[in-house]
Amino acid sequence: MSVETATKPMAADLTIPVDTRAASLRAIYIIWYRDILRYWRDRWRLVASLAQPLLFLIVFGSGLSSSLGSGTLFGARGGLSYIQFMYPGIIGMSILFTAIFGAMSIVWDREFGFLKEVLVAPIDRWAVAVGKALGGTTQAMIQGLILLVLAPFVGVKLSVLTVLAIIPLAAVLAFGLASFGVMLASMMKSLQGFQVVMNFLMMPMFFLSGALFPLTGLPGWMTVLTRLDPASYGIDPLRRVVLSDSGLSSAVVDRLGLTINGHVLPIPLEVGVMLAFGVVLLGIAVVMFQRRD
Amino acid sequence: MAEAVIEAKGLVKKYGELEAVRGIDLQVAPGEIFGFLGPNGAGKSTTISMLCTLLSPTAGTARVAGIDVVHDPARVRQKIGLVFQDPSLDDQLTGRENLEFHAFIYSVPAEVRRARIDQMLELLQLTDRASSQVRTYSGGMKRRLEIARGMLHEPQILFLDEPTLGLDPQTRRNIWTHLNDLRSRTGITIFMTTHYMDEAEYCDRIAIIDRGQIVALGTPDQLKAMVGGDVVTMTSTQLDAAAEEIEKSFRVTPTRVDGTLRMEVPDGKKFVPRLVRELTVPVDTISLRRPSLDDVFLKLTGRAIRDEEAGDRDRMRQMASRWMGRRR
Ligand SMILES: Nc1ncnc2c1ncn2[C@@H]1O[C@H](COP(=O)(O)OP(=O)(O)OP(=O)(O)O)[C@@H](O)[C@H]1O
Ligand SMILES: [Mg+2]
Repeated sequence: MSVETATKPMAADLTIPVDTRAASLRAIYIIWYRDILRYWRDRWRLVASLAQPLLFLIVFGSGLSSSLGSGTLFGARGGLSYIQFMYPGIIGMSILFTAIFGAMSIVWDREFGFLKEVLVAPIDRWAVAVGKALGGTTQAMIQGLILLVLAPFVGVKLSVLTVLAIIPLAAVLAFGLASFGVMLASMMKSLQGFQVVMNFLMMPMFFLSGALFPLTGLPGWMTVLTRLDPASYGIDPLRRVVLSDSGLSSAVVDRLGLTINGHVLPIPLEVGVMLAFGVVLLGIAVVMFQRRD
Repeated sequence: MAEAVIEAKGLVKKYGELEAVRGIDLQVAPGEIFGFLGPNGAGKSTTISMLCTLLSPTAGTARVAGIDVVHDPARVRQKIGLVFQDPSLDDQLTGRENLEFHAFIYSVPAEVRRARIDQMLELLQLTDRASSQVRTYSGGMKRRLEIARGMLHEPQILFLDEPTLGLDPQTRRNIWTHLNDLRSRTGITIFMTTHYMDEAEYCDRIAIIDRGQIVALGTPDQLKAMVGGDVVTMTSTQLDAAAEEIEKSFRVTPTRVDGTLRMEVPDGKKFVPRLVRELTVPVDTISLRRPSLDDVFLKLTGRAIRDEEAGDRDRMRQMASRWMGRRR
């Protein structure tokens, strides 16, 4: 038994912690890439997740439009129909669910053992959280942006510039919610809590986000809850931008938009809130991941 | 012993009240195949997890490749490869993609990545299925892929937690051929757990672990020498009477194991004819064999390392997790 084999690879600087930064960046890339690969490979999931928004648009859109009588909200002149109102909300919904589910696939990875392979690698744990958040973000963006092809069918006009503005807004919303998903996953040790998360976090988050109804003129308690819902800050700018080419007066759009104390929030502020939310939650997830055992 | 490549001192792990590992000391030399043999729940996986920096020890220290597992886990992880007891592949990806993922997170240089992956696929005979999704693999192929993955980044030490559990004898033999081959070509150190007795025999040295403690450590021959000579097993319709008489007239203390009498004697070839000739109680069957590691375990703990039932339970557990893995 030779001594050399054991001692050779050991440099003299064993006291300096090994630099894992470059490896961690590579890890982020491959963790992200794996998620995208799996996403493309799982065609059924893609189709299924398009079916749901379509269903919402058709059922709610036509159902509610006709029961609202005139088909316009607040008798808005310039004629905003409910389906037009709801359309950006449905894009937001798609992003919300895809981002959170995508990021929460960590729980599946844990359940089926793959996470161990990642956690024992010589990389930093934050890379796992970041890679997963970016994976969820990308999937959600694709999922949301695909729905833009429906614009002509719901009577929403989109210019190229508008589409270019939608992309970063979709990214910010997706990132915030994917970070939320990673954080949830970092706290769940098994699939057991998943149903609870779905029913008591994701559904309320969706319903209170302003995706389905304007967040104005609500009862007081509900006004508070909707303003506490981070998704509200991502869906509102999306709606304003998506509808900006449809010939609506800005007064109408503002009246439907997110306000605090009657003040209309500027889009950059909303984006800031969403980004901050994402960064803080991702930070919490990183800390949770760094704990061993 | 030459400079140890794995060294544990007083390693302890507690899960709340339960003391899963109760003070383990061991040293493994470079290039050695070291086996960890013990029954279910003995603490084998827990010990491996501590050595691989996946669990932090409650007490004690361990150095792997000369590096402290608590102080510099990242550096330890660069030096080791690990095959987990439970499945850990992404079965939506292909075999090759699983290896590519691994190559990335272990920083295998881009220039050699492709060649290294091809080589590993070749070595474990997975080349022709490399681009099928892992969910279409058989249990043995999945296990081989995990072993290929564990070796992909050319670790200095390979940890294998029950690498052949639930595999058929032929696949087990193949995997052993690969491991031996790998060791002789690269000088890698292999630390593995098993509860297959025949497999433990392939190891250079074995630690027998029971209830969180090492009860014996040595080469298979050294361990077997702990059992005095040969093992004679007999059955009889009057076991008690037989036991009593053997004790009195042959000065051997037999033990009752599953309705048989088992005794260790220095020279079995002479003992058996004498027993048959002189015993007044009728003998139904009698057998003589060289001691196995099972006998060593039995001698040290008074229990068999694994009965058939436990073996089946393991296989079921393995199957269950493979099946679960397929449901994604
Ligand atoms: N996460 C955990 N929490 C609590 N107890 C645990 C945990 N992991 C293991 N144990 C317990 O620690 C003991 C040792 O378990 P370990 O998995 O190390 O055994 P093992 O020797 O690998 O057994 P097997 O042959 O079944 O794989 C067992 O009693 C087990 O129940
Ligand atoms: Mg085990």
